[in-house]
Amino acid sequence: MAPPADTNAGFKFDNVKRNQLLSDKGYNLPRATKTGTTIVGIIYKDGVILGADTRATNGPIVSDKNCRKIHYLAPNMYCCGAGTAADTDSTTNMISSQLALHSLNTGREARVVTAMTMLKQYLFRYQGHVGAALVLGGYDTSGPHLFTIHPHGSTSELPFTTMGSGSLAAMSVFESRWRSGLSRDEGVELVKDAIEAGIFNDLGSGSNVDVCVITRGNVEYLRGYSTPNERVPKEQSYRFARGTTEFIVPRTAPSNDESSAMDVSA
Amino acid sequence: MDFMMHSEQQNQLEPTQAPVERHSHNQWNPYVDNGGTSLIIAGKDFVLVASDARQSVGYNINTRYDPKAYELSNKTVLATSVCSADAKRLCEVLEQRAQLYYHKHERQISTQALAQQLSNTLYSRRMFPYYVFPLLGGIDAEGKGAAYSYDAIGNMERVTYKAFGSASALVQPFLDNQIGMKNQRGAEGERMLTREEALRLAIDSFTGAAERDIYTGDWLDIFIIDAAGVHKETRELKHD
Repeated sequence: MAPPADTNAGFKFDNVKRNQLLSDKGYNLPRATKTGTTIVGIIYKDGVILGADTRATNGPIVSDKNCRKIHYLAPNMYCCGAGTAADTDSTTNMISSQLALHSLNTGREARVVTAMTMLKQYLFRYQGHVGAALVLGGYDTSGPHLFTIHPHGSTSELPFTTMGSGSLAAMSVFESRWRSGLSRDEGVELVKDAIEAGIFNDLGSGSNVDVCVITRGNVEYLRGYSTPNERVPKEQSYRFARGTTEFIVPRTAPSNDESSAMDVSA
Repeated sequence: MDFMMHSEQQNQLEPTQAPVERHSHNQWNPYVDNGGTSLIIAGKDFVLVASDARQSVGYNINTRYDPKAYELSNKTVLATSVCSADAKRLCEVLEQRAQLYYHKHERQISTQALAQQLSNTLYSRRMFPYYVFPLLGGIDAEGKGAAYSYDAIGNMERVTYKAFGSASALVQPFLDNQIGMKNQRGAEGERMLTREEALRLAIDSFTGAAERDIYTGDWLDIFIIDAAGVHKETRELKHD
């Protein structure tokens, strides 16, 4: 007996030949929104701090000036995503759902390694075609954990890490200023400066800084922690005179004809 | 799992081969796109030329201040876009030719003559063009604001307003709407702007472009040219 068709089980290859033909004829597939991003994470004295910029791009155009890149995974875990926006969103969403079921089944809070293993196994299965580069941070019974997960499924546990197109700029800040035993305020300041290095020096990153501080039994999500790129006021107003828009069909008064009225009986 | 069986069968039939070297791949390319945007607006007795100063390649910023609008004389400004190196060289060549004109005719070259000279200079390299899309602003023989726009190989047109560069697709429709008064019921065609209006539109064009185009930003050079000469001001744009 054939196994039941699971629409969420993997990629479908039905259209590969058709799409290749279309692309050979010059019809290219739509481009995915990328978060050419700066995302970072550090371990500090009492836990983990995650940071992200808020720019999403579509080629050279900024498609979202204030998007969310620090995703919720579990009450004690958050995950920054870089790469293809749809992949980071859906991957973290799916793993979050599985973690919720897992902790319901076990009756305990899920561990960070569990989330990391689920993410890497999922990404490895798709051989890098799911374009998600992740920085996973959380606090569980064994203490604070920070992981980097690459799109092909390789992982590493590090005291400080950066990812995305702004990772070099951000890492230069960590390499010069990170040390073990940072205080909360020192840690948040360092993460902010690392993200801002990405925002100002990498064209794929921009706008604001989001920060997330995870400690034992507590999460502080600081959305828009730093906003160094506020838009300046416009030089003048651009209101148009009423009736500026051209129309082809003249407007008519609403009909009182009973036959065209919506049937609201029964 | 159908597709996997197919690929396995193919692997059995065809032994692994070393990839064939493709020579069309990875050829040296003399051109580079450094991004950035330029703008020109002609008025009754003045012309406004504006360019941002960010110079970038890919996701990197090479420098935040590389002006690409050049003051050629006390009555002409040349704004460029795309390839910074070609723009610099084109500007040098044009200055040399203006000097030659001065020594030959014992008077300064007129804006119209310089505009034609620029077209000829670009066309002279028809088979290996300067990767530059110039905008030339000056005052014509009648004292009116003159704006010229070109493609990379010398096609020239006198215009009242124009935007070139990485954010041209964002700025040009804005100018079409605000100056050209295009597609608006009750509007009476193209407007002649005052200096103040032109300045406001130029500033809003660039602050808007810097919001949405990753290659436009950092600094904005604005030149206003009139009978009295060239007035320059530099403003700050967003640095992200």
